Amino acid sequence: MKTSAKENNESLKEFFKKININLVELPDWSCCGSSSAHCVDSELAHDLATRNLAIAPPDKPLLVSCPSCTLRLKQAHLHTLHDPELQNRFHEKWGVPFNPNLKIVHYFELLKDIDFHSLSKEIKKPLNGLKFVPYYGCMLARPPEMRHAENYHNLLESILTSLGATALDWGSGSRCCGTFLSVAKPDAITPIVNEIIQNGIDTGADCLITACSMCQLNLEIRCNLKQQIPTLHFSEVLSLAMGTNKYKRWFPRHLVDPTPLLTRLGLID
Amino acid sequence: MKSCDTNFAKEVMALSKTTLTRCFSCMTCSSGCQFQHIMDVKPHAIIRMVQTGFREEALQASGPWLCVGCNTCSTNCPNAIDIPAVMDAVRQIAIKENRRIPEPNVNNFHNAVLNSIKRYGRTHKLEIMMRYKLVQRDLFSDMDIGLRMLAKRKLDLRASKVKELPEVKKLFNKAS
Repeated sequence: MKTSAKENNESLKEFFKKININLVELPDWSCCGSSSAHCVDSELAHDLATRNLAIAPPDKPLLVSCPSCTLRLKQAHLHTLHDPELQNRFHEKWGVPFNPNLKIVHYFELLKDIDFHSLSKEIKKPLNGLKFVPYYGCMLARPPEMRHAENYHNLLESILTSLGATALDWGSGSRCCGTFLSVAKPDAITPIVNEIIQNGIDTGADCLITACSMCQLNLEIRCNLKQQIPTLHFSEVLSLAMGTNKYKRWFPRHLVDPTPLLTRLGLID
Repeated sequence: MKSCDTNFAKEVMALSKTTLTRCFSCMTCSSGCQFQHIMDVKPHAIIRMVQTGFREEALQASGPWLCVGCNTCSTNCPNAIDIPAVMDAVRQIAIKENRRIPEPNVNNFHNAVLNSIKRYGRTHKLEIMMRYKLVQRDLFSDMDIGLRMLAKRKLDLRASKVKELPEVKKLFNKAS
């Protein structure tokens, strides 16, 4: 998110600033291991994730915005919580005891408690006229050991419609974007991505809105349809509604230009 | 008749911490899998092979290598089996035993990512792509996308590094 999806990172911080929540980057964070670590070495994946838990301030929630990082960190925490041996391993490796009370939260968990209707003064640019399909990718799917935790189906739709946008129903919102196969098997991923985008177009949407940076990138780089619609980061749209003027740094970074659409709707100048 | 490895199920269950004996082969996992059409052996069949001890067949299959761990299958599984964890386990056994890897490009990509994490503690996407392409001996495919991403400043030229890098590096040394 610091590089390939800088626009997501910046717009998320901008949005939280607008609603008076100050996000501080975890100093010296390291990669959670991503898909590659657990694919080839589960122990390494666990340790890469726990380093971040060890350096997190014990008294503050660790807010994560990447769905995949969230899963890796939460799972490592859950496994350690239920296994005294892993707690010893944690202490030995990182020199601090495992903190069973550390709160790891995806930013959805913060948003769900915000009453957007009461924020009407903050909403400088209602999203009126924006017809979108929500694209969650795999972010709402979880391993069975976490299936009873709270879930966030419909969060994109409910928040964005309360900000004036129109959510359309479709069937591709939870279809995986292909993650690393987009690099390793691009020919297999293009038809899948094309079908997702085409379904969005056929539904009548102006754009897809996603909360995952990797999904956003894969949908943009692997789609080769003649007619395409842009995929916006959820955070960009939230910031736009709050009347941000920082968007000039974000939208030029998209491979499928969303500015004609956003200009037409009067959301940007 | 092929000989079956009766310990295989135990081996995979210990590694994956999943009770895959619960599987009754309803095929919900495979029918919901976005990538099953490119797998030679699909998720439900991998589980069946593990249950019944078809060790060789499971370790040679492309299915586990094409599983991205999106958890669609495990969310849908009526028996709450962590299917991606089973795929992880089968793949990791194949790596440990130096098996021929049915999808070398997938493995090369994972190695490129992990090397980057080992080197910087974070992923440096440009270098990952360059090294992956070098290993694949395929420098020119996706060149257009790479250049567009560079132009859009989606690929930083310099890597962002973790300060306490030895902490991350030692995880890899132990692993190897």
